[in-house]
Parts: sequence; C-alpha cells; structure tokens
Amino acid sequence: MSLQATTWQTVGPYFRIGLEYLNTTELAPAGTPGEPVTVVGKVLDGNGKPISDALIEIWQADASGEYGGIVSNPADGAATAFSGFGRIPTDDDGRFSFSTIKPGPVAGPAGTMQSPHLAIRLMMRGLLRGLTTRMYFPSEAVDSDPILELVPATRRATLMATVTPGSPSTLQWNIEMQGERETVFFDC
Amino acid sequence: MNQNPDHDELDEDSANRVTPEARPSQVASYRRHYPGTQPEYLHPLYVSSIERAPRQPLIKLPHTLTEVTGPAFAPTLVNPKTADLTRQNGREAIGERITVSGRVLDENGKPVCNTLVEVWQANACGRYMHKRDQHDAPLDPNFTGQGRVMTDSLGAYKFLTIKPGAYPWRNHYNAWRPAHIHFSLLGPAFVTRLVTQMYFPGDPLLPFDPIFNCTADDKARNRLISQFDWETVIPEHALAYKFDIILRGRDQTPFEVQG
Ligand SMILES: [Fe+2]
Repeated sequence: MSLQATTWQTVGPYFRIGLEYLNTTELAPAGTPGEPVTVVGKVLDGNGKPISDALIEIWQADASGEYGGIVSNPADGAATAFSGFGRIPTDDDGRFSFSTIKPGPVAGPAGTMQSPHLAIRLMMRGLLRGLTTRMYFPSEAVDSDPILELVPATRRATLMATVTPGSPSTLQWNIEMQGERETVFFDC
Repeated sequence: MNQNPDHDELDEDSANRVTPEARPSQVASYRRHYPGTQPEYLHPLYVSSIERAPRQPLIKLPHTLTEVTGPAFAPTLVNPKTADLTRQNGREAIGERITVSGRVLDENGKPVCNTLVEVWQANACGRYMHKRDQHDAPLDPNFTGQGRVMTDSLGAYKFLTIKPGAYPWRNHYNAWRPAHIHFSLLGPAFVTRLVTQMYFPGDPLLPFDPIFNCTADDKARNRLISQFDWETVIPEHALAYKFDIILRGRDQTPFEVQG
C-alpha cells in the first residue's frame, strides 16, 4: 500500500495550550551518567528580533551513544530515567535554556561515526512545517563528522555551540532564521 | 528503544550484492515527501513566514540512527479525562459536542500503535485560552481546549470535544481562520513528527485561508478536511467527524525485503 504522509500545518501562536504539559528543560534526571551541560540561546528572525513563540524539541543519545527511553509524565513527579527527549519553548525575550548530558558518538552512514550532537526540531508561528537542525559540541573532533561534511564549510559554525568564558559547562547556541548567520537547516 | 529496531541487518549474501553507493545508510530510511504534498517554508500570503522562513536551501540529510529513532511515551500521559475536552471539574463546556476520531497509519498502510496524539483548539466562540489571544469573544471557564490520547493496537484514536469557532487574525484585512483543531503526533522516529490542523467539511472560509491553502497539491490539502461520520454519531449527545492521519513510512527497497 502506498499512502501519502499528511500535510504539515503551522503550530501557530497558541501551541502551549496543547503541548506545554510536556515541557522538559531538564533532560537528565539526577544521577544520569555523562557530562552535564547547560545550553542557552536565542531564536532570532530575519530582522534579528527575538522570536518569543518558538518551540524547540530535542532528540539525543545517552552518554554511551544509545538512543531510546520512555518519556514520563511530568505530573507524576520528577523523571527517574533519561529519555533523550526535550521540549522547550522560547520565553518572552526569545531565549531558551535547557540542561542535559553530552551524548556519546553515534553510528553514521556507511560505517562512519557521528560526533556527539543533538537533533533539533524547531516549530513556530510563521513556519508552515517544522525545521530540522543539529547542535554539535565544542572541543569535539567534528572534522570527520559525516553530516557536517555535507554542509558548506562557511556555514558549519552555525551548528556549533560555543563555551561560555568562565563557565565551561554552559554552552551557547543561537538559532537565526535568516541573514548572514542563517542556521543550517536540513531536509530530512 | 522504541518499537522499531532500526538497523537494516542485511545478511552477508545480500550485503555482498549491494554496492556501498547503493546503500548510503545502514538504517532503513523513511520515504521522502512527494513533491507538492507539503508546504514550502516561504509562503508570502502567510505574512509571518516572510521574516521566519529560512532563505538558504535546506541540506539533504541522510537518515542515520538519530533520525530513525524516537522516544516512547509513558501510558500515564493519557487518561479518559485527557480524551474528553467537554468538561472541567464536572462542569460542561458550551458549544456543539462532537467526537473526532480516526486512525493513524504509516505510508505503507500499517497502523501506528501506542503513539501520542496531542490536540489544542479554540472554544465554540473562536477564542483560545491563551494570554496572547486578544480576540473579543468570550472565554469559557469550562473549556481549556487541551487534549491527548494514545492510539490503540489498530492505530485508532478518539476525542470528545466542542466544535471550535472561526476566529479573526491579523494576517491581512478581514482575515478569518476557518474552524480547525491543531494536531501533534510524534510517531516512532524523529522524522515521523507531524503537526497539522484538521478542518471541517463545507467551511466557507477554507478557500480564503492562506494556511490551509499553502500546500500546492489539491488532494493533499483536501485530506486535512475531516469527514462527517454518521456511524460514529452518539445519539442524543454528539455529532462525529472522522480524520485519518498518515505518518511517514519506511522506504520499501528490495534490500529490506531481502533482509
Ligand atoms: Fe488555531
């Protein structure tokens, strides 16, 4: 049988009503193995103005590079296990912040290995479909990453988080929708 | 991990018959979208896409383990109350009660079981319970407009809700959104994520709505319109609409059949 996937429509401005019960800004419950990191950033529109109604979803491997896990109900109390899933809306100033652990390397195409990365889906009013991007970690060997190799060298920096001076476990990573530093988005 | 073990484990024989170029990824990829069946990012009639749609071409991403896996969700995320939007604390919301039900299938026709379906919508007057909705229409204290269910073993889902009203928005002069319910599904993999809107048959606002009309393919667009569903009508209680949802399915290549 051959059906066609349903058409996307924008999440619009009011997605919090249906989605915020599952907001997760702490992806790694206490005791999760791995190196803790906090990621902070902004989402900016084509005029450089912060976007206050964007939603970011994250999918990542655990510290050993394994995917999988069960997203628990936040209403049931603190999560007991790492699931690799996060859902983070931007605030009134277009900022987002979440804490997690750095994932391990993950198998890539044709026997390659991918550097540690977060898969990111970005949704907002004005985007008729979600966008996919990735965040890579500083001080990792990314030169041989099979996905970054597909990205023009001049644009790769848009996928790289940077260390905050004086706070090495806090990473900065902005998402820019347009302009000279337009973030690389993937067709996937 | 989730329902789908994602390695395309070829036996040695078939692996030997496949050149590396013909097998770019060791995981079974999902199908790419048919041209025209998904909206373009930049759609100037939808004004907020102008400052927010990316301008650089997207870079084609092969499907790796990252893209073909996805989270599973605890069954406690849903309960009978989250499937019934028509009451709050025992008090009934105002408006026309309807059921919205259907099946979630993948592109290969397989039911997508135990998958989370999240919805949100305006009330019967076309007002969202959201601080940024300033439409001059009454809020209903007994209607939050939030619901969620999991599909069953046949991929079926069902909500009881209130038919949402149309509402004005400021995209252009005298712009009104047709009545709609927002749907969000995650499916089994990162790439099966879907957020969409369900519309109602015969809505006179549909031809004028730039969001509904953003998809070029007529058939794909019209599949967003639910069908009146006489068989599911609850006598003396609620009318019924059917809305089936298709998530992306695996590319069915000969290699997989061998494997
Ligand atoms: Fe809406």
